[in-house]
Amino acid sequence: MTPRSMFARLTALLVLTFIALLTLVGGAAAQDGEAVRGTIRGPDGDPVVGVTITAHLNGEEVGSTETGDDGTWQIDLPEPGTYEVRLDPDTLPEDLIPRRQSDAVRPEVKINAGKAQAVLFPVVDKDDQGAPDPGTGGEEPPPDGEVTEEPPLPREGAPFLERLAQVLVNGIQYGAVIAISAVGLSLIFGTTRLINFAHGELVTIGAVAAFFFNASAAGPGMHLIAAGILAILIGGLVGGGLERGLWRPLRGRGTGRINLFIISIGLSLLLRHVILVFFGSRPGSYTDYNIQPVIRLGPISATPRDLAIVVISVVMLFAVALMLQKTRIGTAIRAVSDDRDLASSSGINVNRVVLVVWILGGALASLGGVMFGLAQIVTWDMGFKLLLLMFAGIILGGLGSAYGAMVGSFVVGIVAHLSTLWFPIELQNAWALLVLIVVLLVRPQGILGRKERVG
Amino acid sequence: MDFASILTTALNGAIGPVAAAYALAAIGLNVHFGYTGLLNFGQVGFMLVGAYGVAISVSVFGLPLWVGMLVGVLSAVVLALLLGLPTLRLRSDYLAIATIAAGEILRLFYRSSFAEPVTGGVFGLQRFANDFYDLNPIPPGRYELGPIILSSRDLWVTLFGWGLVLLATLLVYLLIHSPWGRVIRSIREDEFAALSLGKNVYAYKLQSLVLGGVIGSFGGMVLVFNTQSASPDSFDPVVTFFLYTLLVLGGAGRVFGPLLGSVLFWFIVVSLDSTLRQAIGAGYIPSDVLSASEAGAVRFALVGLGLLLLMVYRPQGILGRKEEMVLDAR
Repeated sequence: MTPRSMFARLTALLVLTFIALLTLVGGAAAQDGEAVRGTIRGPDGDPVVGVTITAHLNGEEVGSTETGDDGTWQIDLPEPGTYEVRLDPDTLPEDLIPRRQSDAVRPEVKINAGKAQAVLFPVVDKDDQGAPDPGTGGEEPPPDGEVTEEPPLPREGAPFLERLAQVLVNGIQYGAVIAISAVGLSLIFGTTRLINFAHGELVTIGAVAAFFFNASAAGPGMHLIAAGILAILIGGLVGGGLERGLWRPLRGRGTGRINLFIISIGLSLLLRHVILVFFGSRPGSYTDYNIQPVIRLGPISATPRDLAIVVISVVMLFAVALMLQKTRIGTAIRAVSDDRDLASSSGINVNRVVLVVWILGGALASLGGVMFGLAQIVTWDMGFKLLLLMFAGIILGGLGSAYGAMVGSFVVGIVAHLSTLWFPIELQNAWALLVLIVVLLVRPQGILGRKERVG
Repeated sequence: MDFASILTTALNGAIGPVAAAYALAAIGLNVHFGYTGLLNFGQVGFMLVGAYGVAISVSVFGLPLWVGMLVGVLSAVVLALLLGLPTLRLRSDYLAIATIAAGEILRLFYRSSFAEPVTGGVFGLQRFANDFYDLNPIPPGRYELGPIILSSRDLWVTLFGWGLVLLATLLVYLLIHSPWGRVIRSIREDEFAALSLGKNVYAYKLQSLVLGGVIGSFGGMVLVFNTQSASPDSFDPVVTFFLYTLLVLGGAGRVFGPLLGSVLFWFIVVSLDSTLRQAIGAGYIPSDVLSASEAGAVRFALVGLGLLLLMVYRPQGILGRKEEMVLDAR
């Protein structure tokens, strides 16, 4: 926050406090200040008492209140603008829940000068929502980024070039997270020809494991760096375990490629919802590196956290590239990707190479998950949301080429953020996926892929 | 534990309109995956355009219901052409990723605030099927089918849904046993053999994609007629995974596979779900191990496990023939 806007906000706060005092003295209700208000009623129409509502501006809480005896609430706001208003579901009576998970958060409430804006929070009986109603019951709809904390957005009205520079930086950071997660997916495809649909869950496992060690009430409360390293180890173990326990026996049985693909979808559903049972549907964030001063470099602003994510990702990608080019196991991985049978007959232990690739892939995906959780927020389905973008990245770069996956992922991340210059931010992933389909049209082998028969 | 009520709920789920909608969508998927060997992972996208075709035509533009249904079918045809023209020349795994991406793009666009004036955004559209319920010929009252009690409204949707399922099954049966069906199946077995016999494999694949997509769009319509509400988040990619699970369960590449699969799938899923809830409610499962709201997650996890085990141990499902399900990449 710049000193000027800080000053403006403080002034506004002081003025508002003054007005509030005046109205207290006068005994009249404040009607001319900006405010959000509403009434919470249960499904039977009775008011719900004692529910906490908070208002946030740019991620900071600016006011909170509880509903009164008649279910009404009002939060006076410091200035006109776009606020996020949240209902704390934990303060609802036990039998009531928000109609959908997304109904507890109103991300964009526009407040005009001097107006009090009404905000609705639909509340339903827990049993209504959770009833075994085929089709819609059970799983809560994914919050789809409504509660995620986005990287700093360019200020409205800033010159176009300035906004361009800022979204490029955001896009590179997003691309860095996608790339580090997608490299393993690409290597696994290269060596085994398996499209691992459960790769997103390896990302989530990394993020959730780090959350457990770092921030969970039941966990040891370690520093994020230590927690992240443990999470990476766990990710590698899970990757290796899946290869030894599931994929290697299946390859031994001669299961077809498409069958393996569908099996990985089943595995993805299974892992994702097991994580949901353990982690819960509420998003969480790490305890370290949350609030950081913004570094300004000309038109670009970024937190040290964002810069660290990019640097770590790029260093790791270079390390993977070096390993592939210079070490014996790297050469073996490339040989197996190139021609499995030839590699096998020249004395390479293919199963060992594949195991190494799985461990590496799991560890890198976990690292990606920790960084994704750090950049945004930890949720049970974060990896699944990233999965399609990873696919877009590796197809864009050329299926099976690790370097292609790196390049393609950065393109996907940058396209996603560039689109926000012209289109709503909620559609950024849709544009990135659209790029995937366009690439399939014009250059199916991808940017770095070899021209071969893909049809 | 009240086993009678669990059984009744499960039976209700197994013959309900949702099971019919899933059966319809799975019949379409069966044409794609079971008979032509196309790995379409965006079937939910066809359901979405079918459902929204009706919902938007009726509630935004005030058109009659039958025009809306026509719009839904046409949208499915357009989607199939848009999707098929670029991707059907690609290898099957590319097709899978492109179709799942297309389904997700559709959902994201339909739920965005940018499309809200037409699609209703995240809240979707409601109360567009009044014409459908006005057509209900069944006199009001309660109808008992064994332990299941249905209102005339429920009975009408259920009959409509299963009627469509039977029609679609008949259509697929006739088509598959026609010369067209033999070409389609030969593409699944060996695309290059069909090609070298002078068949235009690409055109046949496209026809199959359109046919299955249209049947899928009827599934979407039944789904939203049932609740009178179309919201984008009920067309999540997970729906396609459910369709694959029930199709593989019943037997892919068999005419009655999707029908049997859907009934069994919903029977198993709903009975598991209500058993879990009752066990939690009665305290057999301590609520700090598993709470009632987490029972839904367990259901999804078990569906995933079921799909995994089915594909490993019995990829041909209940009705299928093993030699028809030895799928490999082409």
